[in-house]
Amino acid sequence: MTMEETQLKRSSAQTHTPKPSRPPMAAHLAPTKAKAASSPKHQFRLAPQQLIQIHDLMVKSRVLEERLIRMYKQSDGYFWIGGPGEEAFNIPLGLSVKKGQGPQFDYLHLHYRSSGILLAMGAEPISFIRQMKNVASDPYSGGRNFANHASIKAWNVLPITSTIETQYQTAIGTGIAQMREGGQGLTIVNGGDAGTAEGDFASCLVWSTRPNEELPILIIVTNNEWGISTPANTQHGESHIADRARAFNIKSRTINGNDVEESFFAIREAMDYIRKERKPYMIEARVSRLYGHSSASGANLVTNESDPLTLFEDQLESAGILSKQEMADLREKYNTEMLEMAKRVKEEPLPDASTIYDHVYAGQKGKYW
Amino acid sequence: MANMAQAIRMALHYGEENLGLKEIFGEDVGPPLGGVFTVTQGLKTTWNSPLDERGIIGAAMGLGAAGRRCVAEVQFCDYIYNTIDLLKLAGMQSWASNGDWNMPMTVMTPVGSGIRGSIYHSHSFDATMTHIPGWKIVMPSNPLDAYGLMLACLKDPNPTMYLKPKALLRIRGQEKIPGEPDLTPEGEKQLKEMIDAPLGDRSKWKARWPQLEDYTVEIGKAAKVREGEHLTIVSYGRTLPLAVQAADQVAAEGISVEVIDMRTLWPYDWQMISESIRKTRRVIYVNEDTEVTNFGEHLVRRTVEELFYDLEARPKLLAGAFIPGIGLADTLEMASAPQLNHIVDAIREVAAERA
Ligand SMILES: Cc1ncc(C[n+]2csc(CCOP(=O)(O)OP(=O)(O)O)c2C)c(N)n1
Repeated sequence: MTMEETQLKRSSAQTHTPKPSRPPMAAHLAPTKAKAASSPKHQFRLAPQQLIQIHDLMVKSRVLEERLIRMYKQSDGYFWIGGPGEEAFNIPLGLSVKKGQGPQFDYLHLHYRSSGILLAMGAEPISFIRQMKNVASDPYSGGRNFANHASIKAWNVLPITSTIETQYQTAIGTGIAQMREGGQGLTIVNGGDAGTAEGDFASCLVWSTRPNEELPILIIVTNNEWGISTPANTQHGESHIADRARAFNIKSRTINGNDVEESFFAIREAMDYIRKERKPYMIEARVSRLYGHSSASGANLVTNESDPLTLFEDQLESAGILSKQEMADLREKYNTEMLEMAKRVKEEPLPDASTIYDHVYAGQKGKYW
Repeated sequence: MANMAQAIRMALHYGEENLGLKEIFGEDVGPPLGGVFTVTQGLKTTWNSPLDERGIIGAAMGLGAAGRRCVAEVQFCDYIYNTIDLLKLAGMQSWASNGDWNMPMTVMTPVGSGIRGSIYHSHSFDATMTHIPGWKIVMPSNPLDAYGLMLACLKDPNPTMYLKPKALLRIRGQEKIPGEPDLTPEGEKQLKEMIDAPLGDRSKWKARWPQLEDYTVEIGKAAKVREGEHLTIVSYGRTLPLAVQAADQVAAEGISVEVIDMRTLWPYDWQMISESIRKTRRVIYVNEDTEVTNFGEHLVRRTVEELFYDLEARPKLLAGAFIPGIGLADTLEMASAPQLNHIVDAIREVAAERA
């Protein structure tokens, strides 16, 4: 995030920011009424155990983001941005990652709405809370970066940057390494719809399809139909972002990223294809943005977008896999846990001012010139 | 004797054979051309990239993250400006992740005037590049240093920027690169036959490499190329040999000039520079980037702050004119970037200033 956004945050605290009008809503994003009890029993393709695991992680991710938002509102952090509304896509994605270090494992070039992916990979919520509070123990940046800007080298998660779309450039490089070294590892890159207007997105398409040098990259666009305040349909004439893949003969799909199973199977199909064929694949996932762009726009719950977690919970209840009570209890459990974590982190020290020069160069401590 | 282009080529070959260098790429870097300045001819890991500087830097970053050693070329530094935010990110990875990641990668790009490159092939990049933390930045002024600095870059775990002074790429050195044929016209011809791609069909050509040896110029270490008493000149790249010539010229007038070749712009050898200034008490910084917010201004600032009472004359910066580019006509280029006569004049001026 840029300075202007931080300033925006400050000014929005005092002044009323007019709410931008919504673009015409895609059908899948329209809020749906809870109709579990009366509708016929929902049929899942995934096993109950898997569904319960996905649900657990979705709740964990949602509660974490809501905790981060609360921390922001209570002045326990300067800025919030994150991924509530993308859980139905991000959790299945995180569960599908071949996790490890080096080219034989998957590389992740992520943007700032990826907490669900990382939690599904096994990241600890407290790490995000620490980064939100910018304490010295923040394992991702030592108190230097905004919330949801993770970095986990041991799992091939590159430092998440605020610069929109540059991750589609760095993805090329790990893709080349994996193309050369063979094996099963692939490169995953994700970002929003508005960012695809940057040349970096086009770079990724060109470089991943050089004849006989195709790259094993899963190119993801999570399309929430917004930039910060700019509706996609005022800037983009293409029917689907995924259509851009066609010109490069990249296999692609546009999917409803608010549906767990649709996401799950689309991701698995794409990954199987990439691992085997060693070629790129593009998924455009239509998702919701439940708390606006970031704290710069207030981080308040919006009511006109469908909530993938509610949708999934309705399905789970209808299929008789989990009861509303069980699901409410789970949410409460995470709520309590993360509140405790936030309290704990509040007591932790900020980074020492003497550390500002540390790590400008590899392994270097203190002032270097 | 090897010229600078051959020296860099030999360093890259040494890197491929001994330092795990696995990818050398950029626009027209691979066969058949081997780089617009022939620097990458005959190497085994070169390839041509799409015409996309942002892609080139992004690819280098990803390769660095994956631990796969690369040298990425941007064909002219005039075209590197649209990658600035990526260069910032590369320099930031270690720091932003609090030491989690580092980014071993080398970018090389030709810089500066001297080949009548006109507006879009004469830019310098040292002022802009030294403004980006997290990189190590080198710029040789002779073939042996070109070789040693490239090996240093290839051994470094950080992003390294290798600025190639394009006016010097065809200039032969006076010192032998460890392993190159003898320093005779015969040796020169022999080297050319071994490692310069022939004109015409090159499809069957293969370089025959001399038995090269390890030779590293430590990053951060300058070189004193002339000892002197009255005045210090600190320079690098294209203007360094001019500074040496100027020093030789004014010696006849009784002015004894010490000349320091910085070789590394960041981190730089302040110890050598400051010791020299304490001795001579007069200093001129010379480079050809535009003069406003020039790297030399930083050096002047540090000189004033730390060495003010050691000085007998105002420290001087001789740099390029602050104009958008370098005009093609000979008169324009000569007036836009420091030339020999400008350096000689500056020496006389600073030497004559009364304490
Ligand atoms: C290169 C760059 N330009 C502008 C910004 C400011 N900015 C931050 S987020 C954002 C909108 C991004 O929209 P989109 O790509 O659709 O992703 P989303 O946030 O909706 O997931 C903008 C303009 C930035 N961070 N980086």
